[in-house]
Amino acid sequence: MSTVLPVIQAELAANSFIDFDEKLAAYGVELRAAAVDTLQVNAVGYGIEGSGLILDLVYNPVGAFLPPPQASIEADFKRELATRYGISFNHLYTITNMPIRRFLDYLRRSGNEERYMRKLVEAFNPGTVQGLMCRTMVSVDWTGRLYDCDFNQMLELEVAAELPQTIADFDPETFARRRIMTGPHCFGCTAGSGSSCGGAVAVSA
Amino acid sequence: MAYYEEDDLQRFSEIAKHRPDLFEKFMAWYQACQEDGALSRHEKALIGLAVAHALQCPYCIDAFSQTCLEAGSNMEQMTEAIHMASALRGGAALIHGLQAHNSANKVSM
Repeated sequence: MSTVLPVIQAELAANSFIDFDEKLAAYGVELRAAAVDTLQVNAVGYGIEGSGLILDLVYNPVGAFLPPPQASIEADFKRELATRYGISFNHLYTITNMPIRRFLDYLRRSGNEERYMRKLVEAFNPGTVQGLMCRTMVSVDWTGRLYDCDFNQMLELEVAAELPQTIADFDPETFARRRIMTGPHCFGCTAGSGSSCGGAVAVSA
Repeated sequence: MAYYEEDDLQRFSEIAKHRPDLFEKFMAWYQACQEDGALSRHEKALIGLAVAHALQCPYCIDAFSQTCLEAGSNMEQMTEAIHMASALRGGAALIHGLQAHNSANKVSM
């Protein structure tokens, strides 16, 4: 259904619903604007049941820990955002923080890198593998170069050398059976309930 | 050597070395206790955090702080759980004051 309806993904970077006020203060104007924007899109029908207009939120933990179960945190956010701020939405998707770039810098600065990586590895869930985005999608940069996912693109880790390297030479059949380039960051997508742009991906615990 | 080493938390399973059968039974019980049941994992994580503080076990406090965050708890809820444990410990100490009163009264004219 959501594929034919307008979808707005509003990223609400709060680590919990009751800390929302603190996060508003911490993130300042940007997050205040997100809350105001959310109310404004509610006002025109997004996230309102029966309107046919979808408002989905994305949650990622602010820290070196895994996100809570998606269903339970979605229920918490729906209840608390509605009672505290009058905000309503359709779905909340949980996303695991990937140990790359700025978050990796944070892990290193805070002495959490080893602990977080161990947490991801120990939480490896084979039930996530079938739903991983890299199995059915590719990322394309502005020059047309191909990557197995957004994170590989950020790391400039291109698709395997034996594959066509640009969108101009893209072949769906070859790519459907391709060898996917992996790194330690891949444990971010396979930990616990799994992680993707559409939230948790695990089919079994 | 410090009495408490942070890395020991990750080495917990080494305690199985001399009686793996007993550790296996403990872990099965320990993990089953934390599953969703009449109480949710979220609620159980907060109970675990409160008990960890009552026991003043640094390993348990570290572990259950993480468990609470990953179960969706926030700092307000976690702090309330810690206060609940602390209040109960305080009350348990205070009611023993009656023992002191009784003892003193017994020998007083």
